[in-house]
Amino acid sequence: MTTLSSTGHPALAGLLPELEVVRKDFPILERTLANGQALVYLDSANTSQKPQVVIDAMVDHLEHHNANIARAMHQLGAESTEAFEGARDKVAAFLGAPSRDEVIFTKNATEALNLVASTLAWKGPRQVGEGDEIVITEMEHHSNIVPWQLLTERTGATLRWFGLTEGGQLDLSDVDTLITERTKVVSFTWVSNMLGTINPVAAITRRAHEVGAIVVVDASQAAPQLPIDLAAMAPEERPDVVVFTGHKVVGPTGIGVLWGRAGLLAELPPFLGGGEMIETVRMERSTYAPIPHKFEAGTPPIVEAVGLGAAVDYLRHLGLDAVRDHEHAITAYALDGLATVPGLRVLGPLDATERGGAISFEVDGVHPHDIAQVLDSRGVAVRAGHHCAKPAHARFGVQSTTRMSSYLYTTPAEIDALVEALEYTRSYFKLD
Amino acid sequence: MSELDALYQEIILDHYKNPHHAGLRDPFEAEVHHVNPTCGDEVTLRVHVADGHVEDVSYDAVGCSISQASASVMADLVIGKPVDEAMAIHENFLTLMQGKGQVEPDEDVLEDGIAFAGVAKFPARVKCALLSWIAWKDATAQSLEAQS
Repeated sequence: MTTLSSTGHPALAGLLPELEVVRKDFPILERTLANGQALVYLDSANTSQKPQVVIDAMVDHLEHHNANIARAMHQLGAESTEAFEGARDKVAAFLGAPSRDEVIFTKNATEALNLVASTLAWKGPRQVGEGDEIVITEMEHHSNIVPWQLLTERTGATLRWFGLTEGGQLDLSDVDTLITERTKVVSFTWVSNMLGTINPVAAITRRAHEVGAIVVVDASQAAPQLPIDLAAMAPEERPDVVVFTGHKVVGPTGIGVLWGRAGLLAELPPFLGGGEMIETVRMERSTYAPIPHKFEAGTPPIVEAVGLGAAVDYLRHLGLDAVRDHEHAITAYALDGLATVPGLRVLGPLDATERGGAISFEVDGVHPHDIAQVLDSRGVAVRAGHHCAKPAHARFGVQSTTRMSSYLYTTPAEIDALVEALEYTRSYFKLD
Repeated sequence: MSELDALYQEIILDHYKNPHHAGLRDPFEAEVHHVNPTCGDEVTLRVHVADGHVEDVSYDAVGCSISQASASVMADLVIGKPVDEAMAIHENFLTLMQGKGQVEPDEDVLEDGIAFAGVAKFPARVKCALLSWIAWKDATAQSLEAQS
């Protein structure tokens, strides 16, 4: 913190180079709110903002290439198919996927998790039944809890979970009693959307693979901010399934990704039946297309896939290492700033190296909704509530929290604005 | 007055800091538990009805200033009233909350409840203000059923 940037703010080590130029890629960041307030967008763990290249790619597709894919015998159909499959290649490169056919497009991460949890209930070599166990964690988003509850209710299997330490880490002390020969699936988040915790994917995966369990990783919060290279992982430490959603990686809503190991995807029965996912259909029965189309029934979100392809290319152009360093620098700066607010308690790791860019906190004497409301009146957009992680909140004895979440376009000045707005909130509710 | 000040009227903040009729009491004919699934606000609420009157409303609520103050004002307004009149006050408050800021509140009917007029301009907060009222209506209907 020795030099001054062009904005007059002390430059932090690790920020994205030319941050002001990067911000210009995101048109929404230029807008003002009621009463001419500048927008301070700190809700990127909820959804990220979109760069112009993503918007343009989607508009260009709709204006010039729109047609259904893989079934239209005309030039537009060929162009649209090429754009859709091109997006699959881009996502495969983004994940370092061993094979591009292992990339399945879904509606979102929730649908991807439901795809796995549902098909495991059905007849097949991986079918889960009574006596089997599914292991999750107490820090999961509801979308990585409820599908597994449904699976265990449908099959008579048992749901078990890792608890959390006071510091917001997974409590791995009972790993050997939780992950046993009865374990069929271990599903957990790479980065917590509430606590920010980064979990040890390689270590848990290795242990789960030793007992023959499938490992499912929710990368909804990891994909935006951590470099992922599946092919570079040791096979025993590589999860079997990794899911994420498009709209948190500067892409559009309506599209998510399921990467799955080809061998596993071949063993799972189809999820939804319909067009595109078949090889041939007779009235008695049908046979199914190979992956990825086996799991893509019906007309897929084509324009959304094109947008997602542009989004992951944008992130790769910036460099995920650089994005991670930026998030780390901003998170460390935010933790320092929040620590100056009287009565404020952060839930989750206090060391920026152990966490992602979502920081949930409480302020004594003010309810999170009231904090978010006053912050909004100052142009600062955060989330308040349980962040779809009620069990994690219950673990820490809180009903709801306020959450700030930064991203690659967040500046230190925006963190300053948050801290000032929190001070203002305290004075507004006469807490001084 | 700024929109924020219109939302957080002094009356609301006073009720938030010193809620009236809070806590769960006996006797009661019905107890309900209502939640706002989007934000997690919760209220457990009991109603005691006798001789066609709302004899008592007691509650245990967790939530924001708007939801807490609303429970306090609601209890003030309905306790001691004939059930029909209390239901009419409920309707009046509902109309105010759903009026998008266009409905003029009737102070004779709503008393401190008029302070919530500003909430109607914040769609995300209307549910906070209505949580305990809807719980009360539910519990009162159950109380009447239990007695019939």
